[in-house]
Amino acid sequence: MSTTMALPTLTPKDLASDQEVRWCPGCGDYSILAQMKKALAGLGIPREKFVFISGIGCSSRFPYYMNTYGFHTIHGRAPTIATGLKLVRPDLSVWVITGDGDGLSIGGNHLIHAIRRNMDLKIILFNNEIYGLTKGQYSPTSRIGTRTKSSPLGSIDTPLRPLSLALGADATFVARTLDVDVNHLTETLKRAAAHKGTAFVEVYQNCKIFNDGVFEYATDKSVKADNVLYLQHGRPLVFGKDRNKGIRLHGLNPEVVELGNGIALDDLLVHDEKADEPSLAYLLSRMVYPHFPECIGVFRCVERPTYEDVLNKQMDDEIARRGAGKLEDLFASDETWVVE
Amino acid sequence: MTVLNPGTTRSTGEAPVLPRPPIPVEEIGEATIRLAGDSGDGMQLAGTQFTHTSALLGNDISTLPDFPAEIRAPAGTLAGVSGFQIHFSSSDIHTPGDQLNTLVAMNPAALKTNLKDLEPGGILIVNSDAFSSADLHKAGYPSNPLEDGSLKGYRVFAVPITKLNREAVAELKLSPREADRCKNFFALGLVYWLYERSLEPTLRWIQTKFSKNPSIMEANTRALKAGYNYGETTEAMPVHYRVSKAKIPPGRYRKITGNEALALGLTAASKQAGLPLVYASYPITPASDILHQLAELKRYGVRTLQAEDEIAAIGAAIGAAFAGALGVTGTSGPGICLKSEAIGLAVMTELPVVIIDVQRGGPSTGLPTKTEQADLLQAMFGRNGECPVCVLAPCSPADCFHMAFEAVRLAIGFMTPVILLSDGYLANGAEPWLIPDPARLPKIPVQFAQPHAGSNGAAVFHPYARDARLVRPWAVPGTPGLEHRIGGLEKEDITGNVSYDPANHEHMVRTRAQKIANIAKDIPELTVTGPSEGDVLVLGWGGTYGSIITACQRAQRKGWKVAQAHLRYLNPMPRNTGEVLKRYRKVLIPELNGGQLRLLIRATYLVDAVGLNKIQGKPFLVSEIEAKIEELLRC
Repeated sequence: MSTTMALPTLTPKDLASDQEVRWCPGCGDYSILAQMKKALAGLGIPREKFVFISGIGCSSRFPYYMNTYGFHTIHGRAPTIATGLKLVRPDLSVWVITGDGDGLSIGGNHLIHAIRRNMDLKIILFNNEIYGLTKGQYSPTSRIGTRTKSSPLGSIDTPLRPLSLALGADATFVARTLDVDVNHLTETLKRAAAHKGTAFVEVYQNCKIFNDGVFEYATDKSVKADNVLYLQHGRPLVFGKDRNKGIRLHGLNPEVVELGNGIALDDLLVHDEKADEPSLAYLLSRMVYPHFPECIGVFRCVERPTYEDVLNKQMDDEIARRGAGKLEDLFASDETWVVE
Repeated sequence: MTVLNPGTTRSTGEAPVLPRPPIPVEEIGEATIRLAGDSGDGMQLAGTQFTHTSALLGNDISTLPDFPAEIRAPAGTLAGVSGFQIHFSSSDIHTPGDQLNTLVAMNPAALKTNLKDLEPGGILIVNSDAFSSADLHKAGYPSNPLEDGSLKGYRVFAVPITKLNREAVAELKLSPREADRCKNFFALGLVYWLYERSLEPTLRWIQTKFSKNPSIMEANTRALKAGYNYGETTEAMPVHYRVSKAKIPPGRYRKITGNEALALGLTAASKQAGLPLVYASYPITPASDILHQLAELKRYGVRTLQAEDEIAAIGAAIGAAFAGALGVTGTSGPGICLKSEAIGLAVMTELPVVIIDVQRGGPSTGLPTKTEQADLLQAMFGRNGECPVCVLAPCSPADCFHMAFEAVRLAIGFMTPVILLSDGYLANGAEPWLIPDPARLPKIPVQFAQPHAGSNGAAVFHPYARDARLVRPWAVPGTPGLEHRIGGLEKEDITGNVSYDPANHEHMVRTRAQKIANIAKDIPELTVTGPSEGDVLVLGWGGTYGSIITACQRAQRKGWKVAQAHLRYLNPMPRNTGEVLKRYRKVLIPELNGGQLRLLIRATYLVDAVGLNKIQGKPFLVSEIEAKIEELLRC
């Protein structure tokens, strides 16, 4: 008999449940599901240690399709349930699947508080800039002027930038990826899995039915090189089909510059995902097409103790200091008297 | 552990401070006093100390703290008055008392708002230094009641408490503000003398509390002793009183409030179930003290989470339950509103969660610091869909321990949310608690699902297969072979897969309802105090028990055929409830609401119950229930 445990070898197929997937044909969610199975299968974590927790919306059907533990909860509240789970089971790999409506509208409060506590949760926000399950109302990430059934003259509220919000809540890991960029998506999910603490990942996800093509500028091979910028830690911010454009800091603001004519790589902003201060990451999160290329990749990845680890340490320290609690001591923790 | 024998000093006849020929002591069976002052005057603290001392002396006690929602309302105004009422007795008592024998009023506003509760001829101690024309004006007195003869029906002792207290602490060179902050202890000392209490427990408390601030420790000590000595030496009061130890069941006791008892009950239940306790809560009056208590119990395996809102609090409790821990959340009525959808999720996913509702006056923000029983129907029905949960209600502060334990037992035993309806009166009220022997507390059995292989050798697991009581298995993430998905969508019977099948939906709705109904087989029957049949059954629930039992005992002593029964299990009700109700000519249901239990009883058992309903943010007086019983007997 072997004394060492072999790492479990899972294939993506092992992670598929027996339930029929019911997203619309062509939905970006299919790709995210496929890459998720691929990413998790390679982690060496046994299947029973994965838990998927979701709220309400198209994306939140995700747990039903994973042959892991899963909890399809109520609208916006998945981070709270994941928090309770993590408080007692820090050993589990817990994934929160949410969308722009679920996570940023009805559940916005829970999202920011889970992030600020740095619970060890992987929060994957499928951003399709629309409400799909309720048939096509504008969402908190819809661009101003989005015409939907509930905004026939165009939406008038300023969209939330999910990554800016996460950074404002002091997120320790923030990334953005694309449903159709399967390799980048897989690698980003793996990076999120490897992060200890809240990993917040925004996935640009196409809704074929109600918002088709909203991210075409970032996914269409003929234009994307000029419209997105793939972040690499320690590298200058360069983009463009000919790799001849970059981002330079002008005062406190970024600006797009063309290399040459006296502008060299050294003049460009250099990406630092490990920076203590989130200011640079925040600045990148504010870069929006068409004025800027939109950044794809890991914006921030820093270390900070997780809430559950600190809580459990407080418990351990108390027990070390004062001993494990006994009920007889607890009951007599106020003055007592005896009646004979 | 120190075993205190507070009676020793008294039995030798020695005064603890200054031996001198004693002023006569009159032995009385019980007394009710109230300390009232400005909300910054420390009346809650003084009342708590008096309660503590009386409990240690061996009296039975029952208390009623009454304070405004504002932390510091404008000084001297009627809105800012804070009071603490204590009923202490040499016999078994159940209420904080209807009428005051002694009232301490630290200012005119306290006098004005509390005088109506003082018995005719009762003792009235006032701080005469606080009756300047400005003070009188703030309280709305056109003339000084100490001088205009309006108090002639009482035994008035006008004591210059502010001045005497300042003199007592003069040597310590405190600021006037610091000196004046001790005057509650001067007043307390005087009342200790009046009712022949030992100063020792409070002196010990002062020493511990102010150990890091010796001058404040000394000032409070001097103030307390000065107040006592004032009574002893001035002969201002011709008599003082003794209330001897109560004859209550033998054993070790402590004083406990409802909120303390809930915290202890949950912790004990978690130990007896062998599960870690996760208590997630958002601060809300009058439930916050449960969070405070439990936050200190980390070494008992208690994890607390101060959540970002009420919904997050129950979400975390549900998540903890999913993880195989004991998930509990606590709140008051407004918080229950916010938690309703999540309670429905726990019903659908059949996870064991305990939800504590410390009820307060409603609707909306209502009366945050006052008691009420108006969340019963919300607990029963306040969710979308057919959504039954188990509902329990403790009947006294000490009973909160037992019912918290029961809530955990039934939640785990039946994989269901349980709502525990406490109230502001139970939460802050105190009584002696016979400390149970931990070794004799029952174990709470927990059976986690174990993987087993199906016919083809592969692991099969059906999260919605049920046992004979219709309870589904508790399968904890991390267990190999039990991977499954749950959620708020309707479940297919047995497999737990999402199902929109009409027949399945009806089957599942009926199954969930039947599972809750099955709890009736696992709870005690309704017991009756008094005649087993007769003219009137007084049926109550929750925190009104003390007033009801006392009223019924008085009625029975008059020879009336009046019985009393109390529902601590409200959903399901004890299995013999209908049969008990039919043995009496009339059923009276006193409630601190518009008639919510009455509605349930009438609908469920077709009994033409009569209500006695009080919605004033205050508990019942015994006399109110007594009068209603008498009225029913006459017609």
